Amino acid sequence: MKGKPEKLIVKGKRLDGRKLDELRPVKIEVGVLKRADGSCYLEIGKNKVMAAVYGPREVHPRHVQEATRAIVRYRYNMASFSVEDRKRPGPDRRSVEISKVSRESFEPMVIKECFPKAAVDIFVEILQADAGTRTAGINAASLALADAGIPMRGLVSSCAAGKVDGQIILDPMKEEDNYGEADMPIAMVAPDNITLLQMDGHFTKDEFKQAFELAKKGCAQIYEMQRQALIAKYGAEGKR
Amino acid sequence: MSDNIVAEIKKEYIYDLAKRDERVDGRALDQYRNISIETGIISKAEGSARVQIGDTQVLVGVKIQPGEPFSDTPDKGVIITNAELIPLASPTFESGPPREGAIELARVVDRGIRESGAIDLAKLCIEEGVKVWMVFIDVHVLDHDGNLIDAAALGAIAALLNAKLPNERYDMGKDVQLLVEDVPVAVTVAEIGGKLLVDPCLEEGQITPTKLTIIFNKDDAVAGMQKSGTGMLTSEQVYQAIEMASKKSKEIRKKFLKRS
Repeated sequence: MKGKPEKLIVKGKRLDGRKLDELRPVKIEVGVLKRADGSCYLEIGKNKVMAAVYGPREVHPRHVQEATRAIVRYRYNMASFSVEDRKRPGPDRRSVEISKVSRESFEPMVIKECFPKAAVDIFVEILQADAGTRTAGINAASLALADAGIPMRGLVSSCAAGKVDGQIILDPMKEEDNYGEADMPIAMVAPDNITLLQMDGHFTKDEFKQAFELAKKGCAQIYEMQRQALIAKYGAEGKR
Repeated sequence: MSDNIVAEIKKEYIYDLAKRDERVDGRALDQYRNISIETGIISKAEGSARVQIGDTQVLVGVKIQPGEPFSDTPDKGVIITNAELIPLASPTFESGPPREGAIELARVVDRGIRESGAIDLAKLCIEEGVKVWMVFIDVHVLDHDGNLIDAAALGAIAALLNAKLPNERYDMGKDVQLLVEDVPVAVTVAEIGGKLLVDPCLEEGQITPTKLTIIFNKDDAVAGMQKSGTGMLTSEQVYQAIEMASKKSKEIRKKFLKRS
């Protein structure tokens, strides 16, 4: 890793030319895998992630099934080649925690009562990582769930806000995450349901408020892109 | 799953109570259980603390020993936090490798210590690239009666405040107190039936769909947050939780976290 750049924000512009409240470019494609019941490929900046949904399907091992509703499982996994220094394959403590909070970001939205005793399995593979992989994974998983036809109360949209050089920014990239002062990923479902909220670093209460409101705006923009991606795949409302 | 069943009747009862701003153990919504902290109780450890929050009991031991730095941070010491939910602490805990609950607990405690800057890792360097102090924070839950995160976080900072660098053992001079630069305090708020309450007891913790842990520094800035659970919060609830937790964190820091 190169050393810290002297400044991460120059004249209101970030290292990649973005404004403080600007997302990285997003590319979304829904229904890209044949075998999965639902799938989505998503890029945001240099992040490349693939999500697949299998289910509702039979639960193995059987003792974890629930009599009145489906269980939701979520596996976040980073490819060993997705980061600069090779990551040892398999789950580490970080990915176990991310899998847990990501699953919980969907639990209130998936209408689990529709499928008693079944499982809805969500698999997210990070193919290339550049900060913001958990949020990218959630955005892709949300569309993969829709693609699989799993009934949901809404689309989960996710985005982070951070602090670099003392300023609040939207959607930190790798350099900003490494050398920044705070990072806060959130996930929400319109209009105002926060389903994921994590933060580390240093925020005064005012900075928290500013970052929280900015992250929500970012989620709203992501939501619009998710909607467009579904329309691109399945046609506008009312049409098939 | 069978391990976290609170009878439906009890659940309804707790929700009904919440509607009237009451709680199952008689506390007010913003009332923390009694806290007690004892430090320096494990003499073999460089620092230790036993924390009780109500009937919840957590023992945190800090071991400090020289070791090799990570190659990407040759001039920095190392902090490693681990948590074990041992079967002694609850009928629902099983032996075996840590599961996601224990991993999340350890990572949130670690986040508070690390992100608050409580320990200045640069000051733990003994010889750049060769030898640094490694600080192992091990959380042992002894009795799980709810709100393990706050108890473990409190135990971790209390044990660090109590810790010494064991110079003598390694022929590096006299033992000195470990420098602690900030005193992070974690406060967990649970949502039940639209009401927010601090320090959920075991039963509240089992039925609440959503918990939010907020870690505050000495300067009242937020050093870390973690939403946990299968529910959701409104923005208003998030702001309200922060205010509740901020107030409690100051009280706890003032009353319990002094250098020992």
